[in-house]
Amino acid sequence: MTDFSRKYDVLIAGGGNAALCAAISARRAGASVLVLEAAPKFYRGGNTRHTRNMRCAHDSATDTLTGPYPEEEFWNDLLRVTEGETNEELARHMIHESKEMLVWIREQGVRFQPSLGGTLSLGRTNSFFLGGGRAMLNALYLTAEGLGVDVAYDAEVVDLDIEHSFFKSATVRLGTEHRTVHAGTLVAACGGFESNIGWLKEYWGPPAENFLIRGTRYNQGGVLKLLLAKGVDRIGDPTQCHAVAIDARAPKYDGGIITRLDCVVLGIVVNEQAQRFYDEGEDVWPKRYAIWGRLVAGQPNQIAYIVFDAKSLKLFMPSCFPAIEAPSVRELAGKVGLDPSALEQTVATFNAAVQPGHFDHTQLDNCRTEGLTPQKSNWARRIDTPPYYVYPVRPGITFTYLGTRVDKHARMLMADGKPAANMFAAGEIMAGNVLGRGYAAGVGMTIGSVFGRIAGREAAINARN
Amino acid sequence: MHATEALAEADRLMTLCNSCRYCEGVCAVFPAMEMRRSFGDGDLNYLANLCHSCGACYYDCQFSPPHEFNVNVPQVLEQVRADSYAAYAWPGILSGAFARNGLVISIVLALSVAGFILGFRAAAGAAFLSVETGPGAFYRVMPHNTMALLFGLAFLYAMVALIMGVRKFWRDIGGTEDDLGSGSIWQAIKDASRLRYLDGGSAGCVNEDEKGNDRRKHYHHATFYGFMLCFAATCVATIYHYLFGRQAPYPWWDLPVVLGTLGGIGLIVGPVGLLAAKFRRDPDLMARSNRGMDVAFLVMLFLTSVTGILLLVLRATPALNPMLALHLGVVFALFVTMPYGKFVHGIYRFVALVRYAQEIRSGKTSIE
Ligand SMILES: Cc1cc2nc3c(=O)[nH]c(=O)nc-3n(C[C@H](O)[C@H](O)[C@H](O)COP(=O)(O)OP(=O)(O)OC[C@H]3O[C@@H](n4cnc5c(N)ncnc54)[C@H](O)[C@@H]3O)c2cc1C
Ligand code: SF4
Ligand code: SF4
Repeated sequence: MTDFSRKYDVLIAGGGNAALCAAISARRAGASVLVLEAAPKFYRGGNTRHTRNMRCAHDSATDTLTGPYPEEEFWNDLLRVTEGETNEELARHMIHESKEMLVWIREQGVRFQPSLGGTLSLGRTNSFFLGGGRAMLNALYLTAEGLGVDVAYDAEVVDLDIEHSFFKSATVRLGTEHRTVHAGTLVAACGGFESNIGWLKEYWGPPAENFLIRGTRYNQGGVLKLLLAKGVDRIGDPTQCHAVAIDARAPKYDGGIITRLDCVVLGIVVNEQAQRFYDEGEDVWPKRYAIWGRLVAGQPNQIAYIVFDAKSLKLFMPSCFPAIEAPSVRELAGKVGLDPSALEQTVATFNAAVQPGHFDHTQLDNCRTEGLTPQKSNWARRIDTPPYYVYPVRPGITFTYLGTRVDKHARMLMADGKPAANMFAAGEIMAGNVLGRGYAAGVGMTIGSVFGRIAGREAAINARN
Repeated sequence: MHATEALAEADRLMTLCNSCRYCEGVCAVFPAMEMRRSFGDGDLNYLANLCHSCGACYYDCQFSPPHEFNVNVPQVLEQVRADSYAAYAWPGILSGAFARNGLVISIVLALSVAGFILGFRAAAGAAFLSVETGPGAFYRVMPHNTMALLFGLAFLYAMVALIMGVRKFWRDIGGTEDDLGSGSIWQAIKDASRLRYLDGGSAGCVNEDEKGNDRRKHYHHATFYGFMLCFAATCVATIYHYLFGRQAPYPWWDLPVVLGTLGGIGLIVGPVGLLAAKFRRDPDLMARSNRGMDVAFLVMLFLTSVTGILLLVLRATPALNPMLALHLGVVFALFVTMPYGKFVHGIYRFVALVRYAQEIRSGKTSIE
């Protein structure tokens, strides 16, 4: 049972991948560890419960990876997606450590599935968790608890007592009660602030009200805010977040992976006025899907509609909510409250601009429109075969980029440039150090695991001294 | 659109899972689901029978209750599976036996046992409690040929009823004639005999909590192989009887007794272990209404074995005839209820595995 009056060596705020890797590694290094998870048990592990894979460097194919992924290639991929907004020393260190992570994480009970087809062709670079992120988390929790890590649920850290970069205690809300917990070191592993609509509104204004949050409601960023207010240096653009266009029928929080839609490239996307606003066929979908959240956020009332016809229905991953169907474009518009004439006009104009070509949805096919603004550069086919379909979409926020600055040892750095005395950070809360912008599938978990493990180890050493 | 509420719910879940696919490495159900974009009743009955109820996808699922998506694949597929037994039962008029299966099986058992005991008493008269020894001791009251005929007919009936059910099932799930002989059946035999999909994709079967283990798999092996050994013992004894003119009872070291004893032990340990697991099982994983059917079947297997072993132990005492009547009564009830109880799960699951092997070979996908 958790004893809040005792002084733990390591106190961990958060209960996701980064937190559990830190907890296990600290405990294995001999420290007493308390994990404070704001969510109830079922929702433990914030965004981690929705993940599917992680990206680790490796020199040869394994039973779960189809080929080698050398450190240098990983680095180049990271450099490309972040457009240079990364800390090379930290990033290379992480990539190097990620190699060992493939072994270490399995030793903690996590299982990977054999690489199967159909999964975004990530089989070479990314290891897929057997049963997904919640299964992965369950394994980490079992291991941590087996090792003697104490875990408290419904335990939100609401205040921190920090004196000149020295962490003394945390205030934790347990139901309606507040307790002060003392510990030798702090590991902040409690994610970003993506679930905090109020905070998002500071940068996005009222449109943030219409954002859907893909993970749990518990990533409120409270600890991040406290740390920044108490002198920890910030990293990452506070106005930025990873956002994709997801089905507008998704719940406000925790819709997870299943609300995503992969059919933008196959049709046209119109706003509330039934007008197109961006080149749907600019590039292959994996390279473009993360811009559509922002694009939709920029439209009136933060809503848009993906319109396509029968020819395209079976060319993409099935969706959790059915596509809305109608025998004509006019009726389709009526079903989602768009102006029927306006949508008919937009489709007709688009169809007229489509150039002949050889359609191939598996690669850039140069099937384009001519004389249309914005144009559609690939996969442009006339929308003319009933039934017609539409998906309404809204911005779905995955995570935010603002975080705490850290060094190679996952130790927080203060605004004056000095290292913190006994505070560490891991996971999304410090992801901005290596991932200043953009995203490469599976990197979120790599950051959490690698820096979580480092933070736990370093915190244990720190607590001993 | 769907025949039952459970099927409608299964459709909702499979549609949801198909847009997620995180469980694709866990068992055969999810890869089979991925070959489809929509789910008719036949598809759902197929998927439900492919499911081995390992429970893994419930604890793995980020959308299981209390999440509003309320995804509980093991529970819903269990209900669909149980309903499918009734839907494919032959003759259809007897499908009602599945509705209150525990009761039906108990009544048949009671009638059968009573019938044999009363019949034996009437036929044997004063000899009912006498000590019988030597070859043919089992057949003093009920001649071997009568016994063989009676049980042969009961078994034949069960086989016909099962085959008729399987035909309907096979047609419903879209089974074809492709490479049945050349691999799919053999693949299914391998998958079924190892219970390949009762292991959560290597993490083990979950039962009372999220910790996986192989206990249910081992108890199931004990039950299944115990049953097969007992079946083999009966076959060997029949061959002895008709081909070599050697009559039961056989000495303890002879093949029918050795096979029967080993099988009998499996049929005690297995069902007891499975029953215990069932009572410890997380209620969230189970469809509420099927416990009677599950328990009835396990108890029947257990009684078959216990009465058989008692017969072996007491065969040289005055209890021979009463024990024989009891044992025959239980076995007879087991035979005639085979097509109308949990026994069919093995048959339909095997057929589903054959179909799965077929589909894998055909390389079917849902994205064109
Ligand atoms: C739908 C979806 C799919 C994704 N798929 C992938 C993928 O396949 N691969 C990948 O690498 N990344 C993926 N990501 C990103 C990935 O989820 C994150 O990068 C990663 O989970 C971050 O881990 P973390 O431990 O830092 O944070 P989280 O897992 O979000 O954990 C934060 C934890 O802190 C707790 N917490 C918050 N505030 C407090 C507080 N004040 N006190 C106590 N506890 C608190 C939360 O309850 C939560 O448990 C996905 C994200 C989403 C939304
Ligand atoms: S059971 Fe849950 S995690 Fe598994 S595939 Fe279905 S929705 Fe996804
Ligand atoms: S309970 Fe087990 S066998 Fe059934 S669908 Fe879930 S993972 Fe597959």
